[in-house]
Amino acid sequence: MTDTPIDHIRNFSIIAHIDHGKSTLADRLIQATGALTDREMTNQVLDNMELERERGITIKAQTVRLAYRARNGEMYELNLMDTPGHVDFAYEVSRSLAACEGSLLVVDASQGVEAQTLANVYHAIEAGHEIVPVLNKIDLPAAEPERVKQQIEDVIGLDTSDAVEISAKTGLNIEGVLEALVHRLPPPQGDADAPLKALLVDSWYDQYLGVVILVRVKDGRLRRGQKIRMMSTGAVHVVEQVGVFSPKMIATDDLSPGEIGYITAAIKTVADCNVGDTITDDRTPAAEALPGFKPSVPVVWCGLYPVDADDFEKLRESLGKLRLNDASFHYEPETSAALGFGFRCGFLGLLHLEIIQERLSREFALELIATAPSVVYRLYRTNGETQELHNPADMPDGSVIDHIEEPWIRATILVPDDYLGAVLTLCNERRGEQADLTYVGNRAMAVYRLPLNEVVFDFYDRLKSVSRGYASFDYQMDGYTESDLVRISILVNGDPVDALSFIAHRSAAESRGRAICARLKDLIPRQLFKIAIQAAIGGRVVARETIGALSKDVTAKCYGGDISRKRKLLEKQKEGKKRMRQFGKVDIPQSAFLAALKMDG
Amino acid sequence: MEPLALYTHWPFCLAKCPYCDFNSHVRERIDQARFARTLRAELAWEAARLGRRRLNSIFFGGGTPSLMEPGTVAALIEDARRLFDPVPDIEITLEANPTSVEVSRLAALRHAGVNRVSLGVQSLDPAALAMLGRQHSAAQALAALEAARALFPRISFDLIYARPGQAAAAWRAELRQALGLVADHLSLYQLTIEPGTVFEGLHRRGEIALPDPDLAAALYEATGEEAVRFGLLGYEVSNYARPGAESRHNLAYWRYGDYAGIGPGAHGRITVNSALLATRRHRAPEPWAERVERVGHGSTHEAPVPPADRAREMLLMGMRLSEGIDEARFAARTGVVLDEALDPDVLRQAIGEGYVTRGDGRLTVTQAGRLRLDPLIAALVV
Repeated sequence: MTDTPIDHIRNFSIIAHIDHGKSTLADRLIQATGALTDREMTNQVLDNMELERERGITIKAQTVRLAYRARNGEMYELNLMDTPGHVDFAYEVSRSLAACEGSLLVVDASQGVEAQTLANVYHAIEAGHEIVPVLNKIDLPAAEPERVKQQIEDVIGLDTSDAVEISAKTGLNIEGVLEALVHRLPPPQGDADAPLKALLVDSWYDQYLGVVILVRVKDGRLRRGQKIRMMSTGAVHVVEQVGVFSPKMIATDDLSPGEIGYITAAIKTVADCNVGDTITDDRTPAAEALPGFKPSVPVVWCGLYPVDADDFEKLRESLGKLRLNDASFHYEPETSAALGFGFRCGFLGLLHLEIIQERLSREFALELIATAPSVVYRLYRTNGETQELHNPADMPDGSVIDHIEEPWIRATILVPDDYLGAVLTLCNERRGEQADLTYVGNRAMAVYRLPLNEVVFDFYDRLKSVSRGYASFDYQMDGYTESDLVRISILVNGDPVDALSFIAHRSAAESRGRAICARLKDLIPRQLFKIAIQAAIGGRVVARETIGALSKDVTAKCYGGDISRKRKLLEKQKEGKKRMRQFGKVDIPQSAFLAALKMDG
Repeated sequence: MEPLALYTHWPFCLAKCPYCDFNSHVRERIDQARFARTLRAELAWEAARLGRRRLNSIFFGGGTPSLMEPGTVAALIEDARRLFDPVPDIEITLEANPTSVEVSRLAALRHAGVNRVSLGVQSLDPAALAMLGRQHSAAQALAALEAARALFPRISFDLIYARPGQAAAAWRAELRQALGLVADHLSLYQLTIEPGTVFEGLHRRGEIALPDPDLAAALYEATGEEAVRFGLLGYEVSNYARPGAESRHNLAYWRYGDYAGIGPGAHGRITVNSALLATRRHRAPEPWAERVERVGHGSTHEAPVPPADRAREMLLMGMRLSEGIDEARFAARTGVVLDEALDPDVLRQAIGEGYVTRGDGRLTVTQAGRLRLDPLIAALVV
């Protein structure tokens, strides 16, 4: 299977904004190179994967090997690497890109460049990729290839004189793409005789095979039966199966430099396979690992609690099952006075958080309460100790805190000129610092530094709403900065509800406290007794709302025949109450709780 | 031994009202003789196990019991007087609608021994009567009251208020007119959307809307104010009477006394061999009658009520009364000490809020508490 000489291998990924035609182009490439028959095409490949990803199920890299006979008559092995496209998985994307030498930049000729595209292009440029611009949907009447080319040159600085103009939908000029891959992308480099160095691109759990690892061989050979070593952990495994994706899994004898494929090695969980790790030979190991490895670190945390306390064990099991296939999220048990037993969970970002929550409710039928998402703060105590803080409940008394640092991001926002003012206002409200503001045709590109904790509170929703959905957004982490942060506690009838407390910048703390009190006032229905809702910073109450007692609720008619019925109704109510969460004798309905946590700035 | 209140259910109506979820049925033809026979048979069966108990009241409810042959009413009263030990001033109430057919029978019913009539007037406003699906006009209602007043020593009638779009001023005016009709007792119900009724469907589709809780509270308070100006006191959530004219029969329910229920769907709470028994009859008229003919009674459920349930039931009912609950009677009747039946934290808070008072061996719900009685009971009763 390794009869393709290294200079006839091309490894590439496709960079595109959602809906710009990535999966359609991938399908065309697969079809044009005969990797699948037409009949298989109808119910196969990347379209399905795309759908799964849209539903939040697949966040894994995919790959397919294509055999292409070029116009020069020679056979080439083209490896298409399909990557998860979201910013939360920026590191995973960067590793996928590190497995390739080039990228196709697919831009909708009727739409132009989007923020998400930009971020991924920069990742590809950092990975040293040769980038081939491809203008898709050239057949549309609204297509403006010249304008979009100019935009690509202005914004990204790529030469577009050789941009390939195609229509993935109609199949127009797919060959032009294949020829560009062969002639414009460099072949991989590697030494087959050097000690093995293979990049661990991704891994997933297959119920029959165990963990399947996606690899890119840089140097040496990866063979069946070989004893391999994970360089970050030192763990040793014996390779059981080696193969490639066509896109079906096809076993081979080995993988040689430049090739992309998979191995299995009786590994039980993906937690043992760190993305970006270097796989080497246990007997003749490489002297140093491939560059760029980073252990995955959660940046956003929240508490997840079962609505029904009896579901705690089920939640633990479900989290365990999800972690089998997604080592990037973390969980540890925690207890809340208000919510009972649950888990503190760490995620790569907000989308990742939503995906896990969605999977828990959809695949495991769990009803959950999620507490407000928190970023990871660095807390420096007066005694010199430092601590990572991601649960507002763990924030110590002000007197022992020397200072706190919070994580910042660098956000890129592309927005039509009409909405720029609103977007800038939003960024400024969220303590943003403008780093750059340029124009791309009639669209503005604003680059802002923002504290991450200002983004985890409904920033996406607000951005969408102030731009009527036209703004696109992407970000990368941008270090820690000291900040004046305080914890706001929410009290219901004088009792603090720990799950509602949050950390905010002092300048915004009071208004946030007032906002959440006002929100809770609307969300909590009137009850038998009046309810006091307060927000406090330290011991100081900064906001108060009172929910008056309900004014009337009494059954008009009740006679002899009603006694049993009314008693049973009462008992049912009592039973239901037992399962409700009470805070200082106040029932906070589920919906109120969830909505209150979706705090608006 | 607890004195007895006897309830008799007549399950038929001329038409089903769109707000009513009572056990009532519309039939083209009713076999009057058969239901007379079976009701009497069931009364005899019930009396056999109850013994010659002191009888405080008889109540003919429905359905529309004024559609019963007066002869049947007379026979049932006669049977009850013979089978039990009636107190000298026994209260015998019959519910009637103000249609002409029914009014024409009032004299015969009085002659049969009925001494209190409860008229389903529901409103004095023609548009409201149409909306409520009533079979009579406002003029007929007034005529019926006139006729009843000439015949019966005690009269009550029902009104439904807090109707869609009803303002407080309009209700006060209607109520004043009603209070001027010199009944000694009024049942004034806020319209409630009951499951399975025509109104429920309309309500779900947004075609009728009830007043919001603030307006409902204002209407309720206005009702009490107007009633008191005419000398009627609210002695139960929806019932107003001149002192001494309270419905003795209904007080038996609210005080959680013994009551026997005969006829389709009738419920009872009766002390038999010193156990408190809950009884329930088959709801459907014909199967009920068939059962009575076959086995002598139409009972489908007979079970002792355990102390904890008795406590809940007595609280559910007793907290509706302005007189409150007598703690000694509570303990004797339920076998549970009042304090064990209440959540102490909620009780403290409820007293602090002025919803309930405690003293002189009674637990009493105030007007403020009564306005919020459902959640108060839900929180207070353990």
